Amino acid sequence: MTKQVKRSEKKSENPKADSDLTETNTGVKVKLFYDPEDMPRFDYETSLGNPGQYPYTRGIYPTMYRGKLWTMRQYAGFATSENTNSRFKFLLEQGQTGLSLALDLPTQLGLDSDDPLAKDDVGKLGVAIDTLRDMEKIFEGIPLEGISTSFTINSTASIILAMYVATAEKQGVDPSRLRGTIQNDIIKEYIARGTYIFPPEPSIRLIGDTIEYCIKQIPRFNSVSVSGTHICECGATPVQGVAYPFLTGIAYLREVLDRGYDIDDIAPLLSFHLIAGGVQFNFFQEIAKLRATRRLWGKILKERFSSKSEKAMRLKFSTGGMGGGMTEQQPLNNIARIAFYALAASLAGSQSMNLPCFDEAYAIPTDEAIRTSLRIQQIIAHEIGMPDVVDPLGGSYYVESLTDFFEKEIAAEMERIDALGGILRCVEDGTIQKQLADQAYQVQKRFESGEMIKVGVNRFEIDEEDRELEVFEVDPETRSRQIDRFNRIKEERDNQKVELSLEALKRAAVEKENLMPSILDAVRAYATVGEIVGQLKEIYGEASPMTVF
Amino acid sequence: MSSRKSIRVLIAKPGLDGHDKGAKMVARGLKDAGMEVIYTGIRQTADSIVRTAVQESIDVIGLSILSGTHLSICEELMEKMVKEDIGDKFVLVGGIIPKKDVNRLKEMGVREVFRPTSTIGEIAQFIQSEVEKR
Repeated sequence: MTKQVKRSEKKSENPKADSDLTETNTGVKVKLFYDPEDMPRFDYETSLGNPGQYPYTRGIYPTMYRGKLWTMRQYAGFATSENTNSRFKFLLEQGQTGLSLALDLPTQLGLDSDDPLAKDDVGKLGVAIDTLRDMEKIFEGIPLEGISTSFTINSTASIILAMYVATAEKQGVDPSRLRGTIQNDIIKEYIARGTYIFPPEPSIRLIGDTIEYCIKQIPRFNSVSVSGTHICECGATPVQGVAYPFLTGIAYLREVLDRGYDIDDIAPLLSFHLIAGGVQFNFFQEIAKLRATRRLWGKILKERFSSKSEKAMRLKFSTGGMGGGMTEQQPLNNIARIAFYALAASLAGSQSMNLPCFDEAYAIPTDEAIRTSLRIQQIIAHEIGMPDVVDPLGGSYYVESLTDFFEKEIAAEMERIDALGGILRCVEDGTIQKQLADQAYQVQKRFESGEMIKVGVNRFEIDEEDRELEVFEVDPETRSRQIDRFNRIKEERDNQKVELSLEALKRAAVEKENLMPSILDAVRAYATVGEIVGQLKEIYGEASPMTVF
Repeated sequence: MSSRKSIRVLIAKPGLDGHDKGAKMVARGLKDAGMEVIYTGIRQTADSIVRTAVQESIDVIGLSILSGTHLSICEELMEKMVKEDIGDKFVLVGGIIPKKDVNRLKEMGVREVFRPTSTIGEIAQFIQSEVEKR
């Protein structure tokens, strides 16, 4: 991203000529200082508006953090449901206000714990879920009506959502009261994260099914969290890190619009997960980018989709996923980095924060590391006066100029991809994957040459050879314990009921009906994730991995 | 660098983890360093990696593992390589590998482990000097 900030044409009269331009660490050209000339078209009402007013540049709610602090969420979940249950209880006791569940890779890929392909990964990067019983155990003693839970799950999101609903039923909680988010964003899986199962078309239909289900049954649940974080970790620029999620979100909206729903019913169920931090972090640009993101989404909804509802035009975003900015060298330096990421996110009015942990470059975070990231959020919320005033940087010549710049650049990148045939096409043919790989490689080269500074890595290094690091480890018996439970359930459950429910699911898939009701029936009968996915694989087939680099 | 035919490297991503930015960056870097590089794509098994290595007459296999599954994956792969008679090709591992596991991997026969502190330049240099030794 080396585009120049659009400048006033009368630059000869401007004492700050082009020689004052310098390139930031992210390749944006900036001036020595900014003044009123840099915001010639600035109009308070149309550019900003008060907090809570269109175009929402200053925030989506009138009182922002005075009314309600951002949700503080740290990613947790490992090994078995019992381990996860105790960590959740620990985090709630520590004052965390939302839960975020990490699922192991087999669960994310629709493989049961006894699948040979899953043998190395059960319970490794998150909790293993095979049947409804696991979900029941994870939330044992945690009333679902009182919490908001976020699930990092994509290709099997419909199944995990069904299990959460079924768990609520078992707890006696009315599912319509459930709050939370499922990631449920498949397009970025093909680009960056890799947990896709089926080809794009049926995958997007399945996302449509979950959105439709949420509109009707659990309207307070965010049925998609379109993610920009993973693609940024994978080489996307800050601009692409918003442009691609926007194009993706629009693709999901269209899927449901085509089913006859109103934009104002669908859009509020979409939220975004955007990067604030990471490899290409620049403090003021990150704030401006997120402000621009709110304004542009508001305009897209109003102008392109003729939305009339404030709820639909308000862009809800959480920030997170910046592990790529963490270093193994001098790991305590990461605490400072995390604090700056969190500061940028809160100055930009993020709705929810999920920070990296200082040990993330070399391990699954320990309790101490997770707690420290939570404390950083609490210090910003309770010690330094952040919630007192909404959008404190609003009106800054620099931040407003950058906000305009990012809005324009994001819109231009969206147009560029649309001109190439749209986001889906560019993902299917690998255009975007190739471009991100190129960019990631260029950034890496700049680090290796020392052109881009990383403190403690290519500057201010110390000798750390003998340092011992505390590393969190998963109990090696996890898999066998999980398989024992799994086998017990297979004996206890009514297998005829399971089979009937799976046949019904298959029929619904062939008929292209909404699959949520039949997935729910299968889940209630204790069908496994692998059994459900197996049925769908027979109908949909599987997507194959890309080998471009 | 000698003038004989270029070094053939297989960059492989075993296991279920799909984060392959690192694998692709290293593949690019080694290609820029003059090597012939094949990338397997994600979700490979020990079998599929060994099969590709044999088919493509690979000199070096580079595994990218971030998910904490390096010990079991490497153990299986090293055994299969011996069985398929390509035990003489050397294996490198890169990724999030705790320091205490580095020696265990080397005992299994892994030639070198590149942790998050390593650079692509170091990896390329290492491969070149190891191949020249032969």
